[in-house]
Amino acid sequence: MWLIAVIAIPLLLCWVPIWGSRIAGRNGSAWGAGIVTALSMLALSQTIDPVLEGGMATATIEWMPTLGMDLALRLDGLALLMCTLVLGIGALVVLYGRYYLDHFDRDDRFFAFLLLFMGAMLGVVTSENILGLVVFWELTSVSSFLLVAFKNDKAEARKGARRALGVTGLGGLCLLAGMLMLGDVVGSFALTDVLAAHERIIADARYPYLLGLILLGVFTKSAQFPFHFWLPGAMSAPTPASAYLHSATMVKAGVFLLVRLWPALSGTDLWFWVVTGVGLSTMVFSAFVALFQRDIKGLLAYSTISHLGLITALTGLNTTMAVVAAIFHIINHATFKASLFMAAGIIDHEAGSRDLEALGGLAKYMRSTAVLAAVAASAMAGIPLLNGFLSKEMFFKEAVEVGAVTGWVLPALATVGGIFSVAYSVRFVWGVFFGPETGKLEKTPHPPPTWMQFPVWLLVTLCVIVGVIPAVVIEPSLVGISHSVLGDATPHIEIHLWHGVNLPLVMSLIAVAVGVTLFLKYDAVAALRSRFPTLPRGVKLYNASLGVLYRLARGVTEVCYTDSLTRYTVLVLVSGLVLCLSPFVSGGMPTWSFEALTAEQLPVVAFVLLLALGAVATVKLRHRRLFALIVLGLSGLGTTLLFVELSAPDLALTQLSVELATTVLILLALFFLPEESEKEGSGARHGRDWMIAGAVGLGVAVLLFAVLDRPASSIADYYIAQSKPEGGGTNIVNVILVDFRGFDTMGEVTVLAIAAVAIAALLENVRMVRRKTTLGATQRAKQPYPFMLATMTRPLLPLLLLVAVFIMLRGHNLPGGGFIAGLVTSVALVLQFLASGLRWTFERLRIDYTVASALGLIIVVATGATAMLFGQPFLTTAFTHVHLGPIDFELASAMAFDLGVFITVVAVLLIITVRLGEVGEEEGGGES
Amino acid sequence: MMALVFSLGVGLTAACGVYLLLRKRTYTIVLGLALLSYATNLFLFASGRLSVGNAPIYVEGVDSYADPIPQALVLTAIVIGLAMTAFVVVLAVVSNRELGSDHVDAGGEEHS
Repeated sequence: MWLIAVIAIPLLLCWVPIWGSRIAGRNGSAWGAGIVTALSMLALSQTIDPVLEGGMATATIEWMPTLGMDLALRLDGLALLMCTLVLGIGALVVLYGRYYLDHFDRDDRFFAFLLLFMGAMLGVVTSENILGLVVFWELTSVSSFLLVAFKNDKAEARKGARRALGVTGLGGLCLLAGMLMLGDVVGSFALTDVLAAHERIIADARYPYLLGLILLGVFTKSAQFPFHFWLPGAMSAPTPASAYLHSATMVKAGVFLLVRLWPALSGTDLWFWVVTGVGLSTMVFSAFVALFQRDIKGLLAYSTISHLGLITALTGLNTTMAVVAAIFHIINHATFKASLFMAAGIIDHEAGSRDLEALGGLAKYMRSTAVLAAVAASAMAGIPLLNGFLSKEMFFKEAVEVGAVTGWVLPALATVGGIFSVAYSVRFVWGVFFGPETGKLEKTPHPPPTWMQFPVWLLVTLCVIVGVIPAVVIEPSLVGISHSVLGDATPHIEIHLWHGVNLPLVMSLIAVAVGVTLFLKYDAVAALRSRFPTLPRGVKLYNASLGVLYRLARGVTEVCYTDSLTRYTVLVLVSGLVLCLSPFVSGGMPTWSFEALTAEQLPVVAFVLLLALGAVATVKLRHRRLFALIVLGLSGLGTTLLFVELSAPDLALTQLSVELATTVLILLALFFLPEESEKEGSGARHGRDWMIAGAVGLGVAVLLFAVLDRPASSIADYYIAQSKPEGGGTNIVNVILVDFRGFDTMGEVTVLAIAAVAIAALLENVRMVRRKTTLGATQRAKQPYPFMLATMTRPLLPLLLLVAVFIMLRGHNLPGGGFIAGLVTSVALVLQFLASGLRWTFERLRIDYTVASALGLIIVVATGATAMLFGQPFLTTAFTHVHLGPIDFELASAMAFDLGVFITVVAVLLIITVRLGEVGEEEGGGES
Repeated sequence: MMALVFSLGVGLTAACGVYLLLRKRTYTIVLGLALLSYATNLFLFASGRLSVGNAPIYVEGVDSYADPIPQALVLTAIVIGLAMTAFVVVLAVVSNRELGSDHVDAGGEEHS
């Protein structure tokens, strides 16, 4: 569990810096970040014992074990190394950032993002589940986006951040696809299983694809050619973030994964050619580009890409010793490059510029920084007695030994990379600290605060110590780490400063000599270079492809997203038609067998005709709005009668009451809508609409006939058999609604309540303007509430309510139930409003319908929850027989449920009609 | 034969509903939705087959019943259809008031 805490602490406590800054300002936020980092380190220290003994620590929280998705972590040598880098350099960056960010707003947010990134990165390096690894991988992309875009008032920062996220995010998706394939090949998503399945993986036919996808993820993350261009763009991040993400940690995630998966994926020709090829070309190309950078951060960025290329090339060589060298160079590069980035930040901070054309002679003002930067740059160039020299010699040696395959190409390219590396290192140090003062600086440089320089000092000291006495300080750790990756295949590792005069040493000497010469002749070299056309830049290609994507998206949007509702309807209908065509094509046509009509089926035919007649008449009369509503009622009546005839009394009752409520509603609406429909569109449009309508109608008819044509098989027998014994009722439909499928019903009454809320919100603060009427004022009814209607409806109310109660009570056993009783009750109440006016009715019926609808829902949920009190699942019902003299019925807890449904239905319908009525009443002006 | 007539009737009702749905005035769209609801509910209901004279209520000793499952589904569909109709009606009323037109397209008349 300590292992999980290592990751959870920075992720869950990332708010601490923000809280800290509220209490103690800038120091508070930095201390907050520092303390959280220290806590994570403490957790790490609790779990490293087995790792130091050569084993590993694991921790697992099961999430979806059947899918192989767990939060599984492992800490072995390699993971411990990466954790140390992430936490150690993280702590130094926090200290450094405290001083660097002293003129930034919201530095607390910066530290919060930094912690978020730290947690994600720790997750990447300790994941045991390869899918979990991808999740953390993407988290580093997202949190680094926040860090790069930190200066979000600058367009450059936003662009750089978007590009970084675009490239690494896309790579992350490829990685996910690759990992899924890998997991499928291995049969497990556990890293341990993957590493053990080397033979099976490389023999599988999918190996080239999964390797390609995983490498795409790796190369985008580690900024390998041709995906390198996002990294220079990301230099718009504050320098502490660059020092952390873009030198020591995030860009190392890619090469880390290469090393991690090396035992599983390497050893093939494909691996060698792709990985070494990409790595070497990146190394040489970026070192070349770095030489000509004006911005010192740009120079360091390209240098980073180049060194990542070196590490990539090493892992591609398919020898175990090369992997050892790769691990060694990961450590060395992190130390010297992080210190160089920090030095660049100090220069920027104290001299106000990062431009090599403006900088010069700074050694006079900041002597210690000059010394430290010079030492770190020498390590970068591979000068003896520094750590960079050791790993570079190992690289040269491997290049020479594997060179047997490629002849002189590999060693030659390695040497060329080394030459440029030396040249840009010298240019960096000379141009900033020693060259002539240009006088272009806007402020006089001054030495940095002691503690700001402390992290640089510490890292440079490490470079020197490792460089001078490697056998003492680094060799044992390197053996342990390599063993955690390579297992028994680990080669014998001995790191010596002096191997005698051999080919690698000669290559180093050539690199230094030619590199320094290149620098001395820099002006001539730059002039020569400017004569040659430059390659198309990656950024331009990226932007161009984004442009194509945007245009495509815009094209689709313009077709689909218009201001015409009809166009949407047509799109939906036509897509529906196309989708529904496939079952017909694949042999779903009906058999076209007819049975002769029997006498008892005649009413069904008659009612179908009534339904169709109403539909056609509605279309015909649509311009005469009131008539259209009346003939629409014919269809409703036809539907109701069909339900009666086809053995569905519950549906008939429901449809009938819904018809009443709908008619009242539409009548109310007609009051506010224009009286006449205006002219419709062209004949061509009518033709198109009839074609679509005809196709839909034909499709519905054929599909329906195909359904009716085939033998029925239903799961209904279970419900019919269990209705009485389990649900305590004989009305099977009602028992299904309130018992078997009670959860559905609960959802449905919720939808009703939501509709009511939406309608109330729509009508909130609306003052309607009555439609322009063609009728003169005298033609309107003088008496708003006819005497006869008012008198008749009043005695009717108790009768109707009694009917509703009756329907409600018997609903469990005979046609009826909460829905229908609710509809009847609301119709009865709406009738009172219509006949006697809102004010009159409100005075006598003081009910807050909004509260009532909520109450109904609460009853529904509470009934379901009661079952849980008795240890039963949600919505389990219970029932008992009640004998009260002549009355004998079964009382089921489902009745309470039905009561909730009833109350909700009544309240919702009244909210809708009364609100609409109220709006009219306000407008009507005192007609109460 | 009854099945064929039933299918054609429901299909015709659906066609009328779709045609009205494609008009440009809010009121016709409300009418179209109502017709389409009838057709849809009958369609769903018919998936339990058309049974004339079967028992809808459980009685001891009877073994031919109308399929209660589509009935239960359609019952709630009808009630929700009412809520939907109410919402569309109110939307029509409010948009007519806010925009001064019962035309359904954002551009109003010139787009029709």
